[in-house]
Parts: sequence; C-alpha cells; structure tokens
Amino acid sequence: MTGLGEAFGAAWVLVTGLDPGLARIVLLSLQVSLSAAVAATLIGLPLGAAIAVERFPGRQLLIVLLNALMGLPPVVVGLLIYLLLSRAGPLGSLGILFTPEAMVIAQTVLIVPIIAALSRQTIEDAWREYSEQLRSLGARRLRAAWTLIWDTRFSLLTILLAGFGRAAAEVGAVMIVGGNIDGVTRVMTTTIALETSKGDLPLALGLGIVLIMLVIVLNALAALIREVAQRRYG
Amino acid sequence: MLPLALDQLTFSVGATTIINCISAKIEAGPRTIILGPNGAGKSVLMRLCHGLLEPTAGHIAWQGARNRDVRRRQAMVFQRPVMLRRSALANVVYGLQLAGKSRRESTLRAMDVLEVVGLEHQAGRPARVLSGGEQQRLALARAWALGPDVLFLDEPTANLDPASTQDIERIIQAIHASGTKIIMTTHNLGQARRLGDEILFISNGRLMEHTPIDRFFKEPVSSEAAAFIKGELPWH
Repeated sequence: MTGLGEAFGAAWVLVTGLDPGLARIVLLSLQVSLSAAVAATLIGLPLGAAIAVERFPGRQLLIVLLNALMGLPPVVVGLLIYLLLSRAGPLGSLGILFTPEAMVIAQTVLIVPIIAALSRQTIEDAWREYSEQLRSLGARRLRAAWTLIWDTRFSLLTILLAGFGRAAAEVGAVMIVGGNIDGVTRVMTTTIALETSKGDLPLALGLGIVLIMLVIVLNALAALIREVAQRRYG
Repeated sequence: MLPLALDQLTFSVGATTIINCISAKIEAGPRTIILGPNGAGKSVLMRLCHGLLEPTAGHIAWQGARNRDVRRRQAMVFQRPVMLRRSALANVVYGLQLAGKSRRESTLRAMDVLEVVGLEHQAGRPARVLSGGEQQRLALARAWALGPDVLFLDEPTANLDPASTQDIERIIQAIHASGTKIIMTTHNLGQARRLGDEILFISNGRLMEHTPIDRFFKEPVSSEAAAFIKGELPWH
C-alpha cells in the first residue's frame, strides 16, 4: 500500500502523461455519458416543452412526479434496466446487457427526468411572459413551443450540461448494467470504485482528478454561457 | 370588419365580476379610448375584444368577418413590450412570418416599418437590450407591420418617460392616419384628449359612458366620470 503522497504523485503522472489505459476509460465515459445526454435531451426537452405549454388533467401530478424522479437513485435505475435487459427480461432478446449501449440506456433513463423537469420550469416561465404576445401574433401551440425553446436556448444548454454532469458522475447504474468489464464497459466511476477496493490508488485518484476537472469545466462552461447570453441578448 | 359589437359582455373569475354586462358598438374611423381608473377592467375588456380571453357570458361580433380571419386582421401592443431574444428586425419578421409572409417579403416590410418608427439603425441590435421606449416603438412596428384593420393598445406609454411617450403618440397618430382603427386604454386624461376621438368610460367593470371626446370632458353624464375628470377618486 503506497502512501497518500506517492499515490497522488503517480496519479498526476498518469493524468499528465495521458496514460493509454486511463485515456481509454475517460474516452468511454465521455462517449457513454454524452450519448445519454443527447438521447435524454431528445426525449426530455420536447416532453418538458409539452408539459409547459399544454393544459391537461393530471398535469400537476406529472410535474410533481417528474420533479421527484430527478432524485432517482442510480442503483435503482440500474436494477430496473438490468431486469429489462437480462436474458429472461422483456428486452433480453436484444442481448445488450453488459455493453456500452446498456449503459447509455440506463444513464438516459436516469437523466430524462432532470432535463424534462428543469426545461419544463424554464419554458413555462418564458411561456408565462410570452403567451399573450405570441397568441396575439397568431402563434399556434407547436410554433409557440418552438419559439420558447429557441428563446431560452442558453438556459436549456446549461440544463443539458447539468444532465451530462450527473450522468458522468454516477456509478450505480453503469456498474449494474455495464458489469465493469475491463476494456469494454469500464468507465471512470466504476474503475474508481473497483481500483479503490483493490488498493490501486494511483489509477483511482487519477480518474478522480479527471472527473473533478470535468465537473469544474462543465460548471465554468455553464456560467460562461449564461454570462455571454445575458450580455448579448438581455 | 368593423363595427365591433359587444353584446352584454361579461367576464368573471370565480365570484368576482370584472366586466359586467357591457354592450357597445365600436365603429370604424374614430380613435376609441377606453378610459377609467386602475382596476376598472380596461385591460380585461381589451383582451376580450382581441380574443385573448373568453367571455363568461355575452358575445363579441366583428362585422362580416369569419372567425378564422378575425385574429389576422387585428394586432395588439401591450403595456410591457415582450421582445424575443433576437434582433429588433427579427422580432418584426417573426410576426410577419407567422402571418404567412415569405422571409424576403417579411424582411423588406420589416425594414420599412423600422424606418418609420425611427429604429432603422437599431435593426441588427438584440431587441432586449434596447431602451424601454425603443422596445415599445419596436412593439408598435411589429404590430403595424402586419397591416391590421384594428390595433389594440393597452396603456402603451404607462412605463415611459415624456420624450418616449411623445414618440409613441406620434407613431400612434401615423398608424391612425394610415387607416388602422385605434382602440386604446389609458388612465391618463391628457393622453385621452390628445389621441382620442371618442371615449368609453369604464368604472367597476361597467360601461358608464360612450361619447365623443369633447362632450365627455364638457358634460360627463355619470357622476363617476365627472369625479374622474376632476381628479377625484370616484369611490370616495
């Protein structure tokens, strides 16, 4: 067991030296979580926009549910997707359990509520401000919804970043449906969990450093987008 | 499409009656001012006429216009202009494209109108960074560009300084001169005098008078209107 200082030193060498093993894990992580973020956006954004501008029975209940699902425990999502995709499960014939595809699906399920709930809030606030004007100009629902999405695009972008950040940082879902197979489904968070329990601290710490940097970069990006948009578009 | 006939128009929210059985005929031509104290129901009446609110009882009828065309042939400018996060020009183009105009046609028309309201040099600037007065002029341009038969204006200068107010009033006169019917709410007597030809005086959701402007100021019929003109609070 190496000392903490040595572990940090070794981790730093791995990160700065672009160690191929570490790079492959980071790359797969980004690939999986980015795919999940894109898929979740394609589902969550229209869903959020529809709930924002439509009035239907059970709407309030759906909003409460969606907000509650933002705090969905990743392991539970992992378990559910595992049951769906396992050989005996309803989608077992796809044969994608323990593949990156399964991980993308699990993370998508995890962050759809986040993207849907937050974009619902953003778009509904805009709708409250714009609705009379848009209706006066003769915009129908669909057109109005699209206008609102376009007008709040910078706020929505930061929501997507939040979703991506959540996906990249979770461990429970990908661990269960991915199986943490070396070179195939091993991502940053699952590797950290495994290597820590094995006692290989440099790799775990190195990935930890990358993960934290990623989170910082994402937040800086979100702040920058807000700032620029505010200055340019008011 | 005028006259606009209001028949026992009523609008309530829960137990509160905001517009109480108003009947009136608004003819083409004269600039109509809907006057009254704050909370009288002016804005709600206007929204009912424009179709943004559904009456709880009574009817609104536009002469000889099919329902589908009615919205197309009217426009509204709100007390607080709502600008989209895009350029001033794009805001005007947006309305025109919703009305079915091509991009090229819309852009040409939008540039013309921006020039008339004195915003041609701001065309490329984001609408939301314009000053309050400029935004309201832009809102007028956006409405005017549509070439409406009727233009509703809901307290268009309530939040503006005197210079901007003057600009807005000049533009409203120009829109009137171009043949568009003006229907405007205000609680400002000076503005009513400057811009109005006839007055609909509303108090507590009821139509108290519907008279030519001179008569309204010289010999108001209702005690509420007389009190309002004198600058007294009508409910005291």
